[in-house]
Amino acid sequence: MKLITHDLIIIGAGPAGMAAAVSAYDNGIKDIVIIERDNAMGGILQQCIHNGFGLHKMGRELTGPEYAHIYEKMVVERGIKVYFSTMVLSVGKDKTVRAQNSTDGIITFKAKAVILAMGCRERSRGALNIPGNRPAGVYSAGTAQKLMNCEGYCVGKKAVILGSGDIGLIMARRMTLEGAKVEAVCEIMPYSGGLVRNIVQCLEDYGIPLYLSHTVCCIHGKERVTGVTIAQVDENRNVVSGSERYIPCDTLLLSCGLIPENELTSGAGILIDNITKGAVVNQDRQTEIEGIFSCGNVLQVHDLVDYVSDEAEKAGKGAASYIKGEENYTASLNVLAKGDVRYVLPQKICTPVKEDVDLFMRVARPLGKVKIFAKDEKGNIIASKVSLKAAPGEMEKLTVKAQALENTGEITVSLEEVK
Amino acid sequence: MESITKNMTCIICPRGCLMTVTKNGSDITVEGNGCARGKAYAQNELTNPVRTVTSVVAVENRKDTMVSVKTSEPIPKDKIFEVMDIILSLKATAPISVGDVLKADVFGADIVATKCID
Repeated sequence: MKLITHDLIIIGAGPAGMAAAVSAYDNGIKDIVIIERDNAMGGILQQCIHNGFGLHKMGRELTGPEYAHIYEKMVVERGIKVYFSTMVLSVGKDKTVRAQNSTDGIITFKAKAVILAMGCRERSRGALNIPGNRPAGVYSAGTAQKLMNCEGYCVGKKAVILGSGDIGLIMARRMTLEGAKVEAVCEIMPYSGGLVRNIVQCLEDYGIPLYLSHTVCCIHGKERVTGVTIAQVDENRNVVSGSERYIPCDTLLLSCGLIPENELTSGAGILIDNITKGAVVNQDRQTEIEGIFSCGNVLQVHDLVDYVSDEAEKAGKGAASYIKGEENYTASLNVLAKGDVRYVLPQKICTPVKEDVDLFMRVARPLGKVKIFAKDEKGNIIASKVSLKAAPGEMEKLTVKAQALENTGEITVSLEEVK
Repeated sequence: MESITKNMTCIICPRGCLMTVTKNGSDITVEGNGCARGKAYAQNELTNPVRTVTSVVAVENRKDTMVSVKTSEPIPKDKIFEVMDIILSLKATAPISVGDVLKADVFGADIVATKCID
């Protein structure tokens, strides 16, 4: 059993972990380790071979691996150590991190600060409770993506996809390009959760039908999928009797939600937000346990990796400030979401603030033009912005100026539809 | 001469502006674009729609390893499956760096690696 101390330990070398490491280093912390369960850096970007990454942050349209490569180079250039093929087993409130790998066995790390950047996993068929046997050919969209893009497998020839979030849409195109026939994409909600550009370039371009308010209600086949039954659902997401339709296929991809992997976080007793399913944090992405920070998909599910990098920079900078003993907050205020604003992050702002605070949020349903407000406890508007087309699948950002936070007790974020 | 009007969603950036494009002979007007790139996309969609193609190529000297690739420029939309056939015929040999050209001049673009393989 090894015992090793470091200033900063980062769990996960995906886009969030890498950006947090680079930011902490550039803010003065040199003794950093990243612990990564895979045998390479990049996280989920390694399998996201499509383009569309980096438009905001780098002004170029990159593929996932290219975006990851930029950060990987920065980590290597700074000589930041990465433990590969190492699994973190637990994180303690006292910032001990227990991990294991096959060369060192069990390692106990102790750090001054920890950054949690473990990303997400996908909702499984078991969690969806879709009836049927367990034939081969049922995959989560991300698993199919990994098998195809990293290992070169053909996952199936005729597919139905459940879930119209970006992963489902991207895989509809991916399978089609590799010669499979994608019969349908079903979406249980009356609207798609993915970016509109993906509806165009993944479904419309290839004539793949999208059935809104539909779900898969049975998987057929014993050894291999032989087909699925799809059906329309009503506003309570119950099957409309008589609307069932059988689609022969050999593959079902499930793209039904990303779940932040917070087992380590809750194991450390850190408070988790019930809506985001990630830790409750302040503007530096520090959790309620001092010295433990969180960023990236494990904190809130992001649509754009550019925002993940921005968020991770905040966490890295915050961790650096904490380690250097430069934190001088004296109070904190809560940030609440109201009405059609489903959640706001950060959920707390510590004062006095050093700079403007960006608030990130999602709306609860597709809306047209909206005005988003941040109001103080007296109802005064301290920040607002107009969004031309707010949708649950697209994260919104509202910046609150530092001066506006000087005498605020609590902030509520809400919106109004604009005709 | 008849004029064609088409509604389309721009795919250049995640904003996804809803545009209306009208073509009157060789004259094209675009409404609803949020930026100049969107205007260019709209004009192109009507005259010469293009798409970037991304895929993977087997690395012949590494076990169970694929290298991700892309077309260095967008290629004509109606040639997507021909490009895929060309990509399927390629073999890559490690070591590979980001940007390495696996095949040059495929409908005006190169097939380039987007990942490093040691």
